[in-house]
Amino acid sequence: MVGIVLISHSSGLAAEVAALARQIGGARVPLAAAGGTDDGGLGTSPDQVAAAIKDVDRGDGVVLIPDLGSSVLTARLLESPGSVVIADVPFVEGAISAVVAAGGGASLDGVLAAAEEAWHVRKL
Amino acid sequence: MNTQFFAAWIQEIASAVRAQRDHLTQLDAAIGDADHGANLDRGFAAAGEALAGASPQTPGALLVLVGSTLIRKVGGASGPLYGTAFREMGKLLGDTAEVSPGRLADALNAALSGVQRLGAAAEGDKTMVDALAPAVRALARAVQEGLKTEEALDAAAAAAEEGAKATIPLQARKGRASYLGPRSVGHEDPGAASTALILGALRAAGSR
Repeated sequence: MVGIVLISHSSGLAAEVAALARQIGGARVPLAAAGGTDDGGLGTSPDQVAAAIKDVDRGDGVVLIPDLGSSVLTARLLESPGSVVIADVPFVEGAISAVVAAGGGASLDGVLAAAEEAWHVRKL
Repeated sequence: MNTQFFAAWIQEIASAVRAQRDHLTQLDAAIGDADHGANLDRGFAAAGEALAGASPQTPGALLVLVGSTLIRKVGGASGPLYGTAFREMGKLLGDTAEVSPGRLADALNAALSGVQRLGAAAEGDKTMVDALAPAVRALARAVQEGLKTEEALDAAAAAAEEGAKATIPLQARKGRASYLGPRSVGHEDPGAASTALILGALRAAGSR
């Protein structure tokens, strides 16, 4: 199963979006939240993100979903073509789409495509 | 310029960042999230500690260690960006023990390319690139003209300062300040300001 890492400036934001995505998309998906700095402040910790990637990697690839700013830059430092890829998607909607697709057994490309569909889901 | 020179550079950066910490934070408070001074201060202090602990033997190894430490310790967007800059410099220098001004210009150019690859910023976007790119050009020109090392570093530092000041009228197109749109006009970009400090520290290391 494809693993997913949610990267945010805020530890709370990453953890709560992960909880929401898990509830909607299923608890079986390897999903980790990496938010905030090592000392609990707002920011990004490359060490936390690297550990999260390791944690959710089941050999089928990992999708990184960053929120903005340094989350994106940190994700880019840790991407690895074909195995650890970044989804350039809205954070909440993209996370949910990705988790649902991963839970359905989609491939790495499939999960990425599902996450990107979140761009086209209108609310009204 | 040998390993000792580059260690002196990092020390000069750490003390300049500490001295300008509040100023950088004020610049960041105007158009960002008011953490640039504190983030860089933490990062370069950690870099100094890492160097004291590991005593790297070549300029390249030293710069890679500084870069990796900044990536891990800074916490904001400047961590990956400056971290990449120093790592790219170190990688380009490889095992060279004595770095010529021409080689330093190549290394700074590699730093610029790394920053632009990661952050996708161009000149004029109101970012650190607006200070770094003119500094790289000034250093390369000074080398071509055969200036002495001190003069070449002085030219690079002056170009970075000028580039940073020139961000004041610009509207941000990258980073947190870009959310402000036209309201980002009239403020110096904190990343360009800290890049000017870093190039100023290079000049200071050269005249030690």
